[in-house]
Amino acid sequence: MSVMPYTAELHSHETYLNRSYTLRSWLLTKDHKRIAILYMGSITLFFVLGGFAALLMRINLLVPAGFMAPDLYNKLFTMHGVIMVFFFLVPSVPVTAGNFVIPLMIGARDLAFPRLNLASWYIFVAGFLVTACALVAGGVDTGWTFYAPFSTGYSNTFVFLTVLGIFISGFSSILTGLNFIVTVHTMRAPGLTWFRLPLFIWSLYATSIILVLATPVLAITLVMVAFERVTGVGIFNPALGGDPVLFQHLFWFYSHPAVYIMILPGMGVVSEIVACFSRHCVFGYKFVAFASLAIALLGFLVWGHHMFVAGESIYAALVFSFLSYLVAIPSAIKVFNWTATLYQGSIRLDTPMLYALGFIGLFTMGGVTGLFVAALGVDVHVHDTYFIVAHFHYIMVGGMVMGYLGAIHYWWPKMTGKMYPEWWGRFSAFTIFMGFHLTFFPQFVLGYLGMPRRYATYDPQFQILNVLSTAGASILGVGYVLPLCYLLWSFKYGRDAGPNPWGATGLEWQTPSPPPTHNFERTPVVTQGAYAYHEMEPAGA
Amino acid sequence: MPDEDTILTREGILAEQFDDLAQQTEAGTLGMWIFLATELLLFGGLFTGYISYRLAYFQGFHEASGHLYFTLGSINTAVLLTSSYFVALAVHAARQGRSRAVSGWLLGAAGLGAVFLAIKATEYYLEYREHLVPWMDFQFEGAYPAHAQLFFIFYFLMTGLHAVHMLVGMALLLIMALLARLGRFSAEYHNPVELTGLYWHFVDIVWVFLYPAFYLLNPHS
Repeated sequence: MSVMPYTAELHSHETYLNRSYTLRSWLLTKDHKRIAILYMGSITLFFVLGGFAALLMRINLLVPAGFMAPDLYNKLFTMHGVIMVFFFLVPSVPVTAGNFVIPLMIGARDLAFPRLNLASWYIFVAGFLVTACALVAGGVDTGWTFYAPFSTGYSNTFVFLTVLGIFISGFSSILTGLNFIVTVHTMRAPGLTWFRLPLFIWSLYATSIILVLATPVLAITLVMVAFERVTGVGIFNPALGGDPVLFQHLFWFYSHPAVYIMILPGMGVVSEIVACFSRHCVFGYKFVAFASLAIALLGFLVWGHHMFVAGESIYAALVFSFLSYLVAIPSAIKVFNWTATLYQGSIRLDTPMLYALGFIGLFTMGGVTGLFVAALGVDVHVHDTYFIVAHFHYIMVGGMVMGYLGAIHYWWPKMTGKMYPEWWGRFSAFTIFMGFHLTFFPQFVLGYLGMPRRYATYDPQFQILNVLSTAGASILGVGYVLPLCYLLWSFKYGRDAGPNPWGATGLEWQTPSPPPTHNFERTPVVTQGAYAYHEMEPAGA
Repeated sequence: MPDEDTILTREGILAEQFDDLAQQTEAGTLGMWIFLATELLLFGGLFTGYISYRLAYFQGFHEASGHLYFTLGSINTAVLLTSSYFVALAVHAARQGRSRAVSGWLLGAAGLGAVFLAIKATEYYLEYREHLVPWMDFQFEGAYPAHAQLFFIFYFLMTGLHAVHMLVGMALLLIMALLARLGRFSAEYHNPVELTGLYWHFVDIVWVFLYPAFYLLNPHS
């Protein structure tokens, strides 16, 4: 009786998880799958910290006069922005799902540079620890954008330490991007041509280009900020001959492409999920693939739209406005092609699909309001208001966090070999969707009515909408806590998933779950594209 | 009997994620080029700042440039270009499997790198004595001291960042020279030497842009 039959079966194949249980085997691993798990643990923790800061801010905004001192509020929104942008959204999908499935999807044993991959994680954690020191020591109040000369000369908070931590973690981004690009170029299995690659690979490839080319500019900009702050010289300080707008140019040259770092991987996830759960190959595969590259390239040419009211020349502003409109084309290609993929598909509404559909809806709203703010006249009206806050949260949270959760649910059976409880999954996806709208839709209205962002207090006429937003945030919070609980639960108690619970195509589903250390018994030979769903037998036949 | 790839893996030359040496070489080379693209953008941010201010404050920058040591900077350019030539000779020797020549040329290149840094340090010291370091009691006789100060901020930041890259490059050259002396490379396997060479040439090329940007702005004062 004590010997359960499945126990024997479980131990019949050595996986990356049961290979060794020591702490050392995790901390010195070069296995991309284990490194993905290390990353997942880290960024989940960071997400909780950043979310906690957001919750406190929303509580403060329940009443017009606020509960906390403005200084504390300033530090909270800075902490929220810094952690969420640099330590959650930028790494999120690439370092977890990307790390885990890229070698599996292309039929490789590992990434091209496994040691570098582990080093990226250590650099990332070291960067966070430095930034965390600044937060513990007393925080920062500059906002995540570190605008000079406030950050370089006037803020009496821990700017240097925070900037140093972000500088360090930037190298983790660069090394990850480098690793992915080289892996996709050189490690593909025989027969896996570029146009047979899953679209997730294309989108991560585009993301990696941005990581590699934009991050160093942020790094050197932060060096200049730190240098100016420490030595008291005036690179960006107008009182000493410097130019604060130069800082904004350099900062947004990274930080606008970084927005696409934060959305392209989510788009890749949606392409995978939509194809799988509608049993249909992705409509216009090549258009979707090249749209990723187009977004990455155009993303480098639009940074000036953050500076329409910052003293930029009107001619530059016109060009930046026009180029920003161009980004809508590849973005719309993606949305329309996902929708066309659904057409005549046999759609299953499992949890990953709910997240993917949520992504499409919320990203569309975030994207269209992006066009509003790319228009020069409208931008003058809504600049620095809650309209902007709502716009980018629809992209970043509505888009990327949905994409991230979709990816985690979609590949969870592959990562752990276990199924999560489907009912709870659907319930929390629905909760998040509703909570999200309730939190951020009122902010569109608030911003349009003129409520500025980054203030601890507001005019009493805005209270009802703020209370609605805070109520939404609490629902959203519940929606985020649920997956954390049931995913951990399923790791121990979930039913076995088997190699391919979704009946998906793609190489990652052709190896056992969880995969063995070297991923495949024998290097697979690829003979068809990634979404050959029409060639599969109907489920249950 | 084990095949060639198995032997290479056992000797620690071929990493286990690769199928063969050609794949490993391709990955390493592509990785280095991408890394250099990253480096280019790292310096690019500083060049952008420098050029913006140079266009805006030409007179001040012109005056400030006259205070640099044109002769020392020019000698340094020659020293660095020669070191790059040595590295090219080392790579050439590596392709032919002549390990002693490889380590010799690499040591020579690292030596010239040390000469470069010594001259650079001398310049820094002289500039410090003349109060040209912006954050150490900066004094500048001229019509545009604030603009000259900006010039020197970028001068020290950019040549300083370049010097840091020189130190990394010299460490790599010395490691490669040691490995070559220990007989770790052959005509078939010498990609680390090639990649180190790429990096050193990059550091050299950065200087080729720094030199005209700073020293040739006003070489006759």
